[in-house]
Amino acid sequence: MDFNLSDDHRMLKDMVSRFVREQCDFESRLKLISSEKGHDEAVWAQMAELGLVAAVLPERVGGLGGSGLDIMVVAEELGRKIVVEPFLATAVLGAGLLAEEGAEGRGPALLDDVIGGGHKLALAHYEPGARYNAAKVDATIAGGKLSGSKSLVINGGDADTLVVSAKDGDKLVLALVAKDAEGVAIKAFKTHDGFGAAEVTFTDVAVAADDVLLSGDAAEAALGRALARATLALCAESLGAMENARDATLEYLRTRTQFGVPIGKFQVLQHRLVDVCLEIEQVRSIVLLAASKLDAGDRDKHLSAAKALVGRVGRMVAEEAVQMHGGIGVTWELELAHVAKRLVMIDHYFGDTDYHLKRFQKLSKAA
Amino acid sequence: MRLEYSEEDLAFRAEVRSFLEARLPSHIAERTKAGLALEKEDYLNWQRTLQEKQWVAHAWPKEFGGSGFTPFQKHIFEEECVRAGAPELPPFGLSMLGPVIIAFGSDEQKAHYLPRILDGTDWWCQGYSEPGSGSDLASLKTKAVRDGDHYIVNGQKTWTTLGQYADWIFCLVRTSSEGKPQTGISFLLIDLDTPGVEMRPIITIEGGHEVNEVFFDNVKVPVENLVGQENMGWTYAKYLLQHERVGIAGVAAAKETLKKLKKIASDTDDGEGGRLIDDAHFAERLANVEIDLMAMELTNLRVLAAAQAGGAPGAESSMLKIKGSVIRQELSDLMRRAVGPYALPFMPELDQLGSNMEPVGPEGAHLYAGQYFNRRKYSIYGGSNEIQRNIISKMILGL
Repeated sequence: MDFNLSDDHRMLKDMVSRFVREQCDFESRLKLISSEKGHDEAVWAQMAELGLVAAVLPERVGGLGGSGLDIMVVAEELGRKIVVEPFLATAVLGAGLLAEEGAEGRGPALLDDVIGGGHKLALAHYEPGARYNAAKVDATIAGGKLSGSKSLVINGGDADTLVVSAKDGDKLVLALVAKDAEGVAIKAFKTHDGFGAAEVTFTDVAVAADDVLLSGDAAEAALGRALARATLALCAESLGAMENARDATLEYLRTRTQFGVPIGKFQVLQHRLVDVCLEIEQVRSIVLLAASKLDAGDRDKHLSAAKALVGRVGRMVAEEAVQMHGGIGVTWELELAHVAKRLVMIDHYFGDTDYHLKRFQKLSKAA
Repeated sequence: MRLEYSEEDLAFRAEVRSFLEARLPSHIAERTKAGLALEKEDYLNWQRTLQEKQWVAHAWPKEFGGSGFTPFQKHIFEEECVRAGAPELPPFGLSMLGPVIIAFGSDEQKAHYLPRILDGTDWWCQGYSEPGSGSDLASLKTKAVRDGDHYIVNGQKTWTTLGQYADWIFCLVRTSSEGKPQTGISFLLIDLDTPGVEMRPIITIEGGHEVNEVFFDNVKVPVENLVGQENMGWTYAKYLLQHERVGIAGVAAAKETLKKLKKIASDTDDGEGGRLIDDAHFAERLANVEIDLMAMELTNLRVLAAAQAGGAPGAESSMLKIKGSVIRQELSDLMRRAVGPYALPFMPELDQLGSNMEPVGPEGAHLYAGQYFNRRKYSIYGGSNEIQRNIISKMILGL
């Protein structure tokens, strides 16, 4: 066994790490999350130029890898600086679907532009009232017309093209819809963790044969893979954010003085930060395991294990880090507060702790 | 032993309930129940309405205009207020400064300040914490130097709640650096309109404006604004903190939140054809916090009964603070969990008065994550839970 990153992965990690340190500082993030756009086009273009979209796509379509570990390495570093660029929506979800082996129509041809940073994507899948149930699709596609509602579409307000799931009879279809197509209504908003999302409704939107990316069993399988990759990316982002919180708290315990000593001299705080460190190591292990199982038959069991643990530990790390910072920990001007919000809100995407515990129980019983 | 309220207490509860039904304006009740901020005028109007019954100052003797409530009456009153959606009046003048002036102030101070607190003429805020003095409050550095008939004040205070509405601030200031840090502190009243005072907002984690920092640059304060004796401020501050911790458990508010949470869980689709309240995982979380709350309600009543019998609540209030904050935080966690993905939208504009923006998801859902983040303050303010544990370990366990 060897737990060291390969040279390629080491280089990828270092490159992303350096980039986010230099280009995705907290002051800029504070401005971005209050801006209408919500992210920085120039930064996204640079990320694409560095190959961060390509990194999570297979070589077959002009990518550089696309393995679970590729996703983990990039997402962890982005998570460390809680980067708000549309990596998850465009690269992991959208481009991942366009790069599916069975993909047809005009979709695959968009990939070059997506990899280059010139075209952004979003997956419009979850529906109002579905909570975290990915199997509930009431949107319909019939006679070349798409109708239905999609909820909390990540990057939905900023994407050029939406990949939309809908049912043609019993058959699942994934189709491409331009954001400005007739019959598309997008209501964009921000989330508590600083990202953009949207409620999207489709009313008799024209869908040509060329717009259909995947259908039937191929669409079901591709959607499952996309959601699995996104779940892995979120878990890895959370891991990076946890390490940020741990480092910030350690620094605070070393430098904040009360009662004449750095507060890190108090054993009660030492032990609490130790517990945080222990749990983060557990998370690193479960995320690594999930990354290694991304193409395996028991993929979903491992992803649910990771997401459930990430949800539990994410809350613990966020709460402990804030508590140990005291009052300053609950202020908008402090990066840690936003890291804590990301850690907690990650539980609200693609299934929360309870959802994944339940799914794990089911899959684990069967195995 | 008898775990029920007395006939008198029940009659009192009925009286409070019918008064609230008759007099609490519905727009205030709605915003308070939704957990939204109120305007300054809303607080003041409600305070004046309550004071018609002499029901605003519970820690003041009746002869000064206080309610003279027994500990149980105060508890019942708070329960009814929360139930009806009456706002909690800011405690700074009514519960904190008032009792200090009554106990330690001069006759002139009593005659001048107390009526103005009661009728809302002066809105007070608190100047205790400093950037370098939080848990270690006695290390505070804001300095007041005597110069003839004045003190000249320089320094900075922080976490000043609702200071943006305030006219006056009561401050702990350093008047001596001799001896132990606690012995050189004085209790000073400062008019916020004095030249050299600057109040700046602190935006909290969820994006709200509740707290402020206050800067003092050569601020001239008349010596008659000193409360009690110079260098005795720490004693008065500790006296004040006793009052700060009365009702700290927040049982009434927690019970209302639990009710709301159950309603949400009953109304929420679990996404798979059932109701969230029947989901085994969620139901277990809910049951655990409800059991904790049932126990804490009785713990709180036990402490109240001891206070009613004349025992001053000591380290017991630290227990109530810890358990109360943890339970209320857990409830806020379940609120955001309950609404699932609809906890995500961040829509502060929606909560402005008169907003015609459309919500995303069920009504109010967008508020719960923000409230969860905001409620992290419960285990930090008023003496962090770590400090409360130190108090218990020293005062109760003798360690």
